[in-house]
Amino acid sequence: MMRSGVIAKKVGMTRLFMEDGKQIPVTVLQLDGLQVVANRTTDKDGYTAVQLGAGSAKAKRTSRAMRGHFAAAKVEPKRKIAEFRVSPENLIEVGAEISAEHFVTGQKVDVSGTSIGKGFAGAMKRHNFGGLRASHGVSISHRSHGSTGQCQDPGKVFKGKKMAGHMGAARVTTQNLEVVKTDADRGLVFIKGAVPGSKGGWVTVKDAVKKKLPDGVPFPAALKADAAPQTEEPQVEENQVEEAQVEEAPAAEGGDE
Amino acid sequence: MDLIAELEAEQVASLGKDIPDFKAGDTIRVGYKVTEGSRSRVQNYEGVCIARKNGDGIAGSFTVRKISFGEGVERVFPLHSTNIDSITVVRRGRVRRAKLYYLRTRRGKSARIAEDTRYKPKAGAEA
Repeated sequence: MMRSGVIAKKVGMTRLFMEDGKQIPVTVLQLDGLQVVANRTTDKDGYTAVQLGAGSAKAKRTSRAMRGHFAAAKVEPKRKIAEFRVSPENLIEVGAEISAEHFVTGQKVDVSGTSIGKGFAGAMKRHNFGGLRASHGVSISHRSHGSTGQCQDPGKVFKGKKMAGHMGAARVTTQNLEVVKTDADRGLVFIKGAVPGSKGGWVTVKDAVKKKLPDGVPFPAALKADAAPQTEEPQVEENQVEEAQVEEAPAAEGGDE
Repeated sequence: MDLIAELEAEQVASLGKDIPDFKAGDTIRVGYKVTEGSRSRVQNYEGVCIARKNGDGIAGSFTVRKISFGEGVERVFPLHSTNIDSITVVRRGRVRRAKLYYLRTRRGKSARIAEDTRYKPKAGAEA
């Protein structure tokens, strides 16, 4: 039953006015050239998953190893790559492009991203501590964390004590967000509420693990079917050249021995 | 234009609201759709606009203040709300502030606003 998620770019937030007068805060996510780069299968890798790539990277800024990997899939070099575990019947053909209609309106999704970094943050900001009083003899320590433990027994600070430290820039998942709207032409998914990360950041969107999947969700994925052969042809030529180079390298090594 | 601005402009266009040219100090009447059970009707709310916020875009809103049964009442309306049936300007006021929060501390004579008799609609905007 498990089907692939998507990689999306966070565009920003706005609001939607509904017919019934409600206004909904939405985060706009964009699927930018989202293609299947590789499949993981049980015989070869011991598990089943699809590897997706999104965005576009310059070929000269992509490592030779990754260029070969993209060439094998006959796709343009991608900026961001992620794997999604799927059940074997939900594997998607390599090179297929996923459309925004992968998600249906009203569906719940889990969104993961890298949260905005806050640097070294105090206990009040990091753990919602209350701080000390503004007056009544408190001096220079209004935002301190206060006591960190007991007395001579145990005579130490317990591990895991909440204190000041680095906050943010960590992987965060927000569960059970609602898909309000999708726009397949521009590859946009509108999700109710906030999503971890900054504008322009990459997030992954998956079907919610804690909610039942609604009817009408496409299996194994909603694919873009338009003009696939036309775009593939020029790529094939480039790829063949690269593949030839890759093949040459091991042959030369063998000659030395 | 970035994608968000594009989406917002599209939504403003698709909502197709007829919003008159008004600013803080103007007395306006807002027709607001109220649903009671299954029946819906339009309720008028008339008062002085004391603030316009976030421009004319999709996030725009305005605050209308009136004195109701001796008690000051303020309501904030989203400019493009689908619940707003109509906005009409009743009277143009002449004020020197963008936000008229000082009216909250005033009553009666000192809370009056002079009428702007020389109001001219901006070029391109309907009256």
